[in-house]
Amino acid sequence: MRPDRYSRKWGVVAGIVVAFIGAIGMLDSFNNRMMISPILSLGYIALFLPIAVFGYLAARGEVNILEEPRRNVAEGAAKGGTAGFIAGLVAVAFMVVTNPYNLNEFFPNINSAMYEIMTFALGLGIGSVVLIAALAGVGALGGALYGVGDQMRGGILRAVGWILGMALFELVISDIIDVREIVRLIYARGGGLQVWSALVIGGLAWWLSVRYKGKSAQFSEMAKTSEAGSRLRYSLIGLGILLLVFLPMLVGGIVNELLINVALFILMGLGLNIVVGLAGLLDLGYVAFFAVGAYGMAVLTSPLSPTLAPMLNWWVALPIVMILATIAGILVGTPVIRMRGDYLAIVTLGFGEIVRILLLSDWLTPFFGGAQGITRIPGVVTGPVSISGTSPELFIYMTMIFVAIAAYISYRAQNSRVGRAWAAMREDEDVAEAIGISTVQAKLLAFVLGAVIASFAGALFSAKVGTVFTNSFDVLVSIIILVVVIVGGMGSIRGVAFGALMLIGVLGGPKSQGLLTEFSEFKLLIYGGILVYMMLRRPEGLLPSVRRSRELHAEEAEQDAWLDRTGEFVAEDAEEATT
Amino acid sequence: MPLLDIQGLQKQFGGVKALDGIDFHIDEGEIVSVIGPNGAGKTSFFNVISGMFSPDSGTIVFDGDHVAGHLPNEITKRGIARTFQNVRLFPNLTVLENVMVGQHCRTKQGLFGTIFQTKAEKAEEEMIETISKEILSFFGTRLSGYRHDQPAFVLSYANRRRLEIARAMATMPKLLLLDEPTAGMNPKETIELTQLIGKLRSERGITVVLIEHDMKVVRDVSDRVVVLDHGVKIAEGDYEAVSTNEDVIEAYLGRPTGDTDD
Repeated sequence: MRPDRYSRKWGVVAGIVVAFIGAIGMLDSFNNRMMISPILSLGYIALFLPIAVFGYLAARGEVNILEEPRRNVAEGAAKGGTAGFIAGLVAVAFMVVTNPYNLNEFFPNINSAMYEIMTFALGLGIGSVVLIAALAGVGALGGALYGVGDQMRGGILRAVGWILGMALFELVISDIIDVREIVRLIYARGGGLQVWSALVIGGLAWWLSVRYKGKSAQFSEMAKTSEAGSRLRYSLIGLGILLLVFLPMLVGGIVNELLINVALFILMGLGLNIVVGLAGLLDLGYVAFFAVGAYGMAVLTSPLSPTLAPMLNWWVALPIVMILATIAGILVGTPVIRMRGDYLAIVTLGFGEIVRILLLSDWLTPFFGGAQGITRIPGVVTGPVSISGTSPELFIYMTMIFVAIAAYISYRAQNSRVGRAWAAMREDEDVAEAIGISTVQAKLLAFVLGAVIASFAGALFSAKVGTVFTNSFDVLVSIIILVVVIVGGMGSIRGVAFGALMLIGVLGGPKSQGLLTEFSEFKLLIYGGILVYMMLRRPEGLLPSVRRSRELHAEEAEQDAWLDRTGEFVAEDAEEATT
Repeated sequence: MPLLDIQGLQKQFGGVKALDGIDFHIDEGEIVSVIGPNGAGKTSFFNVISGMFSPDSGTIVFDGDHVAGHLPNEITKRGIARTFQNVRLFPNLTVLENVMVGQHCRTKQGLFGTIFQTKAEKAEEEMIETISKEILSFFGTRLSGYRHDQPAFVLSYANRRRLEIARAMATMPKLLLLDEPTAGMNPKETIELTQLIGKLRSERGITVVLIEHDMKVVRDVSDRVVVLDHGVKIAEGDYEAVSTNEDVIEAYLGRPTGDTDD
């Protein structure tokens, strides 16, 4: 029998993906992390998960919204299995082709460790057969998943999701539980879930999902509409805030450290969100303002600042830093005020680099220390305590305060006269100007507000780390902040927070590790992958603002509106006929 | 003294003289139509008045002030509003927001008031909303009620044109420039809009200049008609005088074949 078109297509793609993640060393470095001890490592999940996904896609075949999808377990399994089988063939072909040569020089990761994992340490011969069989099996599982009923699928996906989540976030969860005996019940000594605890978690998730099927949708609907629901919503928000306040006390230093990084990126994301998301000015040199905040604070507070060293208290220095950031915002904003779109992006990209290179230059080295940077920056001295990076449990609250301020400002600005002017300017600059909005003013205001918020982040950063070096401010930081905003959802405050949490918290920031330390080697690759996927499938971001998603789906909405209108025209005419 | 007084207005794009020495004036409370064949320079004329292009030479005196070469937002603030030939709304803002944003130049609360939620800011926001709703109610039920919260792009073509006029009205203009307000409308909608232009003057006291191709509309609304061709004013006067003018018939209206048609 000739395999189905989609099985062939997705099978080949899956095979290439497997070969790719093998060749970049992902399998090998992930293999050290146990997920379910001792049977399943993260490496094998990286190997199997794509196969399951592509198996599912193969079983789904062509998406036709007009037809009820055909769901059949055996058929799905057959299609998915075929795709997995093909993927296995491709992967084996990859191994057979690469094995005889020494590719160490070009692909250092195509090595014996990779072969060992892909062949289950059974040797190329038997291992290949086992690999093909395993991939076919996993593909069949993925395909069968498409075939089962909605309820079943939801349950299985939740169970798998919970097991993976519990295993991945072992560090945080054991930090929160903090009782050795209970932690040992769930997690094995060398890391990873115990086999039986994985079973319990999966089973529980499955049972809850089946038991409360549809209830959560009902619940959120109620929370949105009814009177009691709105009270409930507020109490939930209150609970969330309370949780945020107490979370840093529950988790340990490492997780707090991580949360501080996330909070700093949320802060910068919120600032950039004003510039890009609200005012529509694509700024690729945003890190410059972060640098202004960090260096400004360093010079003002550190006793080791080379020339000027007023050694001010952090809180006294903060207003001065804000003024510096305002000036920087105007300096960068003014020359680019008449530029649009791509040109603006290129010029701001240049500005970002200029700031970094200036800080390194001989000319400014006497003031900013050049490559030596500025060290011994004191923490945030508040009364008797000095809050710095050495006490992350305290410092996290500092960052939270500023995130709250930035979020509040964004929220207010969004729904105000200023915010409307930004929105108008983003949609059509000429018309905005023609209806009486001074776009020069509006743009400068956006630049300055964004700059001030970034300078908060910079000021906090220098107090936290205690040293500033120019390499903390390279162009990658600008790009990552932008990616956070895009992935989270442009123009959306909770989107930015969510994006920072996912990208910076889980994967890791440009200079910091995330929760999944194994990912840090591959984070830029994953960032890129996420970005491409988001642009294709969900350009409005994960938690979008209403307006942005309207913009990006205007075409579909316009079609819907057309359908509505054909009905409405009739109504309007009828109405007029009667009058 | 006329509300708008233009002398010797010239604008050249490359080798094309879009406006070649136009004199124009309009008194307060007048409705004047600008007609002419495609490429006659009508829209360029509007673009120069509203500040989107600055003129090469000539003077524009509005309400006693020279405004030639000023930025569009300054000119709008002085009291000249406009609509566009190819409707240019803010498609993803709601209907109400489109009008609210029009009042930007008549209001003044900045970031400070917004962040600290001052009394003045709250009062101003409320006022903006009230005025905007009132302006939308000028168009009957078509842009009111549930329409307020719809994004502008879902509106029908005629409603978009109406909303654009509403947005221009929100800038509290003394002079309104309408660029082909009835283009693409069906006969019924055209009649309605014609009446609306009359109401703009009688109820709102707005002086109107409109570019129009539909001669019925021109006849019904205008006190005076100005005819442009190749950037030059070739005729001016009331509808009767202009429509029988030989030059105008030659350049634009064309000779009726058989039955007269208006």
